[in-house]
Amino acid sequence: MASNKVYWKSFDQLANTEVSQRLAENEFAQDIPVDVFLSEASSSDSTTSRRDFLKFLGFSTAAATLAACEQPIIESVPYVVQPDTLTPGVPSFYATAYTDGQDYASVLVKTREGRPIKLEPGDSARFNRGTNARAQASVISLYDSARLREPRLGEKNTDWSSMLLALKKSADQSRAEGTQFVLLTSSVYSPSLQTAIERLRQGYPNFQHVEFDAVSQSNTLDVWESLTGVRALPSIDLMATSLVLSFGSDFLASGMAQQVSSDYASRRKPGSGMLRHVELESNLSLTGSNADKRIKIKPSEVSASLAYLINQLGGKAPSVGLRGDLTKALQSLAAEMKSAMGKTLVLVGGDDANQARLAAALNGLLGSFGTTLRSDQPVYIRRGNESRLANLMADLSAKSVGTLLVAGTNPVYFRADFSKAIAGAKFSMALTDRLDETAMLCTAAAPIPHFLEAWADYRPAAGEYSIAQPTIKNLFNSMPLLEVLGSLSGDLRSAKDQVAASAAAMGLDWNRTLHDGGSTVSSGAISGAPTTAAMAMAASIKLAKPSEGMEIALYENALGAGFQANNPWLQELPDPITRLTWDNYLTMAASDALAMGFENETNSDGSLDGSYARVKVGKRLLEDVPVFIQPGQTAGTVGLAYGYGRSAAGKVADGGGVSAYALGILTGTAKVEISKAEGMHEFATVQLGHTMMGRRIVNEVNLNEFVSDPSGASWNEKPTFHTIDGLKSAEEANLWANHDHETMHMWNMSIDLTSCTGCAACVVACNAENNVPVVGKEEIRNLRDMHWLRIDRYYSSDMNKDRAAEENIGGIEMYAQMEEPSESPMVVFQPVMCQHCNHAPCETVCPVGATVHSREGLNHMAYNRCIGTRYCANNCPYKVRRFNWFNYITNEQFADVNPSQDDFGRMVLNPDVTVRSRGVMEKCSMCIQRVQYAKLEAKKVGQPVPDGAFTVACAEACSTGSITFGDVNNAKSAVRAAKADARAYHLLEEVGTQPSVFYLTKVRNA
Amino acid sequence: MHYESTERKPLILGDKSYHQITEDVVRPIETAAPRTWWVAFSIALVMFLWGLGSLAYTVATGIGVWGLNKTVGWAWDITNFVWWVGIGHAGTLISAVLLLFRQRWRMAINRSAEAMTIFSVIQAGLFPLFHMGRVWLAYWVFPIPNQYGSLWVNFNSPLLWDVFAISTYLTVSVVFWYVGLIPDFAMVRDRAINPVQKHIYKILSFGWGGKAKAWQRFEEVSLVLAGLATPLVLSVHTIVSMDFATSVIPGWHTTIFPPYFVAGAIFSGFAMVQTLLLIVRKVFKMEDYITIQHIEMMNIVIMVTGSIVGVAYITELFIAWYSGVEYEQYAFLNRATGPYWWAYWSMMTCNVFSPQLMWSKKLRTNLVFTFVISIVVNIGMWFERFVIIVTSLHRDYLPSSWSMFSPSFVEVGIFVGTIGFFFTLFLLYARTFPVIAQAELKTILKTSGEAQKKLHNDHGAHH
Repeated sequence: MASNKVYWKSFDQLANTEVSQRLAENEFAQDIPVDVFLSEASSSDSTTSRRDFLKFLGFSTAAATLAACEQPIIESVPYVVQPDTLTPGVPSFYATAYTDGQDYASVLVKTREGRPIKLEPGDSARFNRGTNARAQASVISLYDSARLREPRLGEKNTDWSSMLLALKKSADQSRAEGTQFVLLTSSVYSPSLQTAIERLRQGYPNFQHVEFDAVSQSNTLDVWESLTGVRALPSIDLMATSLVLSFGSDFLASGMAQQVSSDYASRRKPGSGMLRHVELESNLSLTGSNADKRIKIKPSEVSASLAYLINQLGGKAPSVGLRGDLTKALQSLAAEMKSAMGKTLVLVGGDDANQARLAAALNGLLGSFGTTLRSDQPVYIRRGNESRLANLMADLSAKSVGTLLVAGTNPVYFRADFSKAIAGAKFSMALTDRLDETAMLCTAAAPIPHFLEAWADYRPAAGEYSIAQPTIKNLFNSMPLLEVLGSLSGDLRSAKDQVAASAAAMGLDWNRTLHDGGSTVSSGAISGAPTTAAMAMAASIKLAKPSEGMEIALYENALGAGFQANNPWLQELPDPITRLTWDNYLTMAASDALAMGFENETNSDGSLDGSYARVKVGKRLLEDVPVFIQPGQTAGTVGLAYGYGRSAAGKVADGGGVSAYALGILTGTAKVEISKAEGMHEFATVQLGHTMMGRRIVNEVNLNEFVSDPSGASWNEKPTFHTIDGLKSAEEANLWANHDHETMHMWNMSIDLTSCTGCAACVVACNAENNVPVVGKEEIRNLRDMHWLRIDRYYSSDMNKDRAAEENIGGIEMYAQMEEPSESPMVVFQPVMCQHCNHAPCETVCPVGATVHSREGLNHMAYNRCIGTRYCANNCPYKVRRFNWFNYITNEQFADVNPSQDDFGRMVLNPDVTVRSRGVMEKCSMCIQRVQYAKLEAKKVGQPVPDGAFTVACAEACSTGSITFGDVNNAKSAVRAAKADARAYHLLEEVGTQPSVFYLTKVRNA
Repeated sequence: MHYESTERKPLILGDKSYHQITEDVVRPIETAAPRTWWVAFSIALVMFLWGLGSLAYTVATGIGVWGLNKTVGWAWDITNFVWWVGIGHAGTLISAVLLLFRQRWRMAINRSAEAMTIFSVIQAGLFPLFHMGRVWLAYWVFPIPNQYGSLWVNFNSPLLWDVFAISTYLTVSVVFWYVGLIPDFAMVRDRAINPVQKHIYKILSFGWGGKAKAWQRFEEVSLVLAGLATPLVLSVHTIVSMDFATSVIPGWHTTIFPPYFVAGAIFSGFAMVQTLLLIVRKVFKMEDYITIQHIEMMNIVIMVTGSIVGVAYITELFIAWYSGVEYEQYAFLNRATGPYWWAYWSMMTCNVFSPQLMWSKKLRTNLVFTFVISIVVNIGMWFERFVIIVTSLHRDYLPSSWSMFSPSFVEVGIFVGTIGFFFTLFLLYARTFPVIAQAELKTILKTSGEAQKKLHNDHGAHH
């Protein structure tokens, strides 16, 4: 039943008054101030319509929703108190000295936000200014997570005070018991340290300081000590030299290599008077590869050859029979030397006393002392004394050493018998950067700072004093040797104060010296030339006949003596000669390998395998040494590199290669027995094609030809093309519209193949500057190295097109033979990075435009646009593009090798350069970050970028100045001058890529 | 009514009625699958799953799980891509070009040939997709608006042309194929008893009623699509060949590539059609429709295209020598005598020598021989792409970067997976789709049927 009830809200409604009716019609009881609102001036100016409003509303809602999906968490800790010397994003540079136990160099340290991230060459006035591969790589050793973090007594961590107490107690006890207290170090050439040692000696009459060099120079030093009275090697002055005759001396890669390389390059500027370099050696060394003439010789023939030369030049030396072809070669050398009296320099490698004596005599005979061989200006970075080390080992075995303090060296690894001897010490302590082979056998081990963390000073050579300053606070609980020794002798000054005192004692201005990284001082020179003494010494020695059997010569590659074995950049750096990484191996001549049944074979995937050998020197045996067949190796000799075969250096180095030190100290003429062992070794090489296959890749010309035709028409022919409009150059015969090369900058790079020695410092510099990932042995073996800059090494072949035409050899046979390097090849090096083509094949093929051309002649790579088709890499004629096959920074496969996978290793990353993700292509950017920085700096001062205001990392690292980078649109730039040089040519110019990189023809003074 | 000369061989054997044709074509759909089908399907599915696993591993870990290196950036991935695209060529050629040329013998085989085309283009498409280092950004190859402003794809890149060529080809092929299927689906629908099946085919046949107007439109659309598809037969592989021809790599940079690739594609496509049809014919007892005549025709096409390919190979060698270009000469010398000589000579044997045997009528009408050759040709064509890609890349300009390539198990897995995927699709197709275009075939029964021809002949003799 429906209800007719009516509900009412008020009496008015019930009464149905007029008011209530009006109210019911009017929705809003009060007036809404719409007119007021609309009449506001601001709202009428607004262009936002209702539709716009709804759009904004919709967008905001969608955006807010999307933003809620993923919240990026970026952890960053701001400075609580901003240091006033530090601007985030702006690097600071500090002058310091680099030492790693073996090398010395004057460097600049680049720090960003308090982190040292790169080493650069120091002040040009400093001694051995510059960086080799090891120096460039040393910055990552600072962040090595394998470093020792706390002092350890036995198996337990302890603190420094109890550590020092234990050391002092032991030292005091030794003093009381009358046993020895021995400090064992590598060569000490730090004035402050020498002072601290002297002070210690005063307190401890039983104190002994024994120095030894990992790769011994002891015999040579003995010879020079007897000649000059000072235990130091003479320096060499190539600037005064016109003929350098080197018997197995790798002078471009060892000792004061940066200085020598720089002089070498200056003296080898093509033209008359160019330095001539003849190398006689058994292993094919970096230096030998650069020689104008290289003669294969056995180590045992060196002394006899030197003696022969002395006799030829009218001196007196014992004469020993030599093989005929060598005699003939030496005769012509003697003639050359006669015509370059006073300007000839004779060098010997290895550490054979007789060779050192004969070389000194020969230099004396040639009038080299004081001119090319500066015995008056010695170098102090090698001071080791093997007989004192032998005495120490005897004393240790006799248990007459109460306290042994090993600092900054690793005798158990470097000397085969030390592991047994060290047990004889009552208390032994290793001051070390890691728990290495020696530290493991010591009673105690304590961390010493990396050279970038500590104060130190050096007197590396006569007339030079340098200061090393810390560029970062100690990462770990380490203490410098200066302070450890100080605490024993009651000198509680900090290392800095001790160094400052030494500087003050020399009368140097502290701030100035610190700023410059050092100063020239008057000390250290020796007066008088030991010419007569040297010649007399040679006359009295007895020489054995050259041996018939196999001989071994040990050598250093980029890893050097092995102090930095756990350095992933150095391990992954291809050897300049063999192009192998992560390994050492027995280098052997092909004829010997064939005779003994050793093989190298390339698998179907391009990986290289080699047979194993057993190597026996005297009673010492090395098992499973892989054999690498090396063109240029003297038949009857083998070579083996130092520095590998570590067991306690860290996960990067351990297990890689064999330890050459296990063969004992080999001075230069060691007989060796080699036999074949089972199995094949897996090498990791980056280069499979060893010859240029008759192509014009490295353009080379002889000096006389160069001098007779300065225009280059006959030896630097440019490719031309027959077109419908006549003959055209590669640049003219082209399908594409040219980019504008006139406006603004046009960055070009010149690479001088004459002065490039192939040392590979640039490669490591590039790694450091551009955060190039380390991929490990397995991936290198898969031919997936990531280096942006590589140094191609080509050997000459016995087969060439002329010979094939002459002997009527068909194409198939000719090319097959061309692939084989000559047994005695000429060697050329060619640094190749992205050529920054102005008609780049990579740019046209990328479907998404991830690689594009800049207005400044560079080829850019937009990593975040790349989808990884690899088409660009395929289409690159220079094969310089590198693909990120894996996620190298997170993939566990690379945890042991890629430093970017741990928190310490990441500290070295250059914040200006992106770390690339998996699946993208990368390549040389011409250090675009540096280019941009320089442009911004120039913009700030409102001037054009001056030439030389900056350069790229590879050019900066190059000690020989082979790489010149700059703006060719700048009329005064060095690179423009280089481009106009008759030697300039583009690599693969005929492809029409118009690269921004060009090469200067190699001139050999043959 | 059109009369065909009795000199021409009949295209449908036996005394077939329209109903008999329907019965024969629909039988695989209406009957339960035999055990052999299940065995084949299981094998194909396992292969497909293995491929899926390999793909997943690649995407999760990186392209590094393949055997590529700094010098050889493409190998099995693009080889397989080109191979599958090539196989995909025969379908369109048979259904479109032969339609325009009024080659009636195509009617028995075009359905399956085109199915094969579509399935193989699907396989082909997987490779350019998954060879990308960052496959999750693959959509960047499409010119789509984006938040970066004027950031556009690179229209200069042949890889981009590929994207358009392949997607167009796939689209047109699918539409063409589907249009042809509509009357046949309607036939299946009309016969279906199972309501679910009936419903599905009802949807698939788009409500086909078989009215005269519908037939007229059907014919028109077929003709238009054939016209559209014909240039695609040429364009797709032409564009694929430009991936190589427009590059600067010796052995790739070759103007002969477009015609050479198209001929090679038809060659391999016909071989694959041959392989599949010989199986279909046997398994589904369709000897009366896919006759020896058909097989012989296709063998002739294989022989002719094989010869064209052979001429192309020899021309390449000649031009390399004639050009006088150092790098070019070495590239071809290296192909024939370098470390990958075995691949080159496998290619030559399979592609150039083996089809020449087809000159013998006895051999080209022999089913076993034909089957073997059809497989040999496809092996040869795979090697052709491998030779072009890998032997050109592994030794290009600078000997310092020369390398070698050997596949990893992951790459092999992906390839096997695509074969599995292909056969999975084809086997499903064979049991659910009318494998012969019966509606079309019925139009020639009266003129090209064996019995009908005989009847006509006898009848004609009375006059």
